[in-house]
Amino acid sequence: MNGDLIFSGLFLRALLAGGGLALACGLLGVFLVLRRDAMISHGLSHVAFAGVALGLALNLMPVIFSIVVCLVGSLLILKLKQAARLPGDTAIALLSSGGLALAVFLMSIKKDFGAELMAYLFGDILAIAPSEVYLALGLAVVVTAGILLNLSRLVFMTFDREAALVSGLGLGRLDRLLVMMTAMTIVLGLRIVGLLLVTGLTVIPAASALQLARNFKQALLVSSLFSLLSILGGIVLAYVFNLPASAAIIFLALLIFILSHLLKR
Amino acid sequence: MIMEDKTEEIIRVEGVSFAYDGVPALVDINLSVHRGDFLAIIGPNGSGKTTLLKIMVGLLKPKQGRVWLFGQPLEAFKHWHKIGYIQQKATNFDPIFPISVAEVIAASLNSVSRPVKTGRRQVKNKIMGALQTVGLETEAGKPMNSLSGGQQQRVLIARALATEPEILLLDEPTTGIDYPSQENFYDLLGKLNKQERLTIVLVTHDYGIVNRHVNRVACLNQKLVYHGEHSEFCQSDRFRELLHGGHHLISHRH
Repeated sequence: MNGDLIFSGLFLRALLAGGGLALACGLLGVFLVLRRDAMISHGLSHVAFAGVALGLALNLMPVIFSIVVCLVGSLLILKLKQAARLPGDTAIALLSSGGLALAVFLMSIKKDFGAELMAYLFGDILAIAPSEVYLALGLAVVVTAGILLNLSRLVFMTFDREAALVSGLGLGRLDRLLVMMTAMTIVLGLRIVGLLLVTGLTVIPAASALQLARNFKQALLVSSLFSLLSILGGIVLAYVFNLPASAAIIFLALLIFILSHLLKR
Repeated sequence: MIMEDKTEEIIRVEGVSFAYDGVPALVDINLSVHRGDFLAIIGPNGSGKTTLLKIMVGLLKPKQGRVWLFGQPLEAFKHWHKIGYIQQKATNFDPIFPISVAEVIAASLNSVSRPVKTGRRQVKNKIMGALQTVGLETEAGKPMNSLSGGQQQRVLIARALATEPEILLLDEPTTGIDYPSQENFYDLLGKLNKQERLTIVLVTHDYGIVNRHVNRVACLNQKLVYHGEHSEFCQSDRFRELLHGGHHLISHRH
């Protein structure tokens, strides 16, 4: 490999943004999987699509629009789940179809989205701009800090919701925190692996970690490590072999899952 | 050491009624729990035992009536660390959940708001102290899902004890646990009640196994059929009715 390429700004930026995303996905994923909330991130990625389409249609920063739309969407999912007495993931299906419909509608108004839109659907980490790296790192710091500062409360709530409720924990606040951090992680993943594959990143490393971990600390550490390995490894593979980075990242994550599962046996 | 005050009312349930979608589950319940009590709430299936316990800890809101905790109306009560609660089938947690015994206790201990912030070393000491009380100090590092049902139940007791509660409320805590482990478990509760003066409220359908530990009984069948001293209860007509009525309130193993 050409040494100049390794240290090129492009590549370093990709690694930096990827590392931030990896940490956020690794930590958050453990909670999403254990709470049976994996589909929330899938639903929110479709909602984020509407934000991207809105931003592109107005020629304003699509990422900022997706953050706002996704945060609102995440709170709506939570509200619908509680208020409308909808079973399971029905609320998520409602919101994600709504998001997708809005995106399709916006695309029909302005027809020449072309390559720009593709970059959000499938990710294009090797073309990430410096300003997007800062945003990605900022979001990663917010998500990581949000989880680590509330770690005990989140573990207590996820493990034994009823006891946590009686102990006087404000579970509504914690539910909102988790779902809003999921929204931010989805947006963080937009440019890196794309809307269509970001769910995989929030779920697969955590699922792999759960095959092996004997305690919660291990689960968080191993999940973050697997997430980091998939993203950074995927970026390197993509760079060296000229592959789509998002595909390489998800393949690597899946390979780790298969190996973890075999190791568990 | 908690100040001994037999008259202090820890829980007061006042005229509480509850219904699930219009079907009455509890009708005009009046009941109080005093410091040092070991109260068994008994009654047949569907008699409202769990509903009453859930109302006492604020998980369900009564349709009528009020609940007072430590002399305060439940809605205004803030000192939740004084209350330890173990729900029905508490050991039916997610078997894939990766969590060690010490982590189960730490998560609760670090979450519960207490007047004084506890340091890391203190938290560790409290965890080990609580595990010692339930006889599981050697299992601290083990994954929760590798323990037996009886051991898991003890861990949940340790979790409740670690926050130094003044009252423990348990709902059918030994469902699915083998008989010798059940006896050990109730001996532990009896010891906590007598030696540590911990107030205990226990919902159970098997009165036989707990009757040597409890001092008060509330017999429920949507209405409160009996509420008073255990010794008087054993001589009451109600007890004989239950004994012959096939309510399975009394263990036949004794």
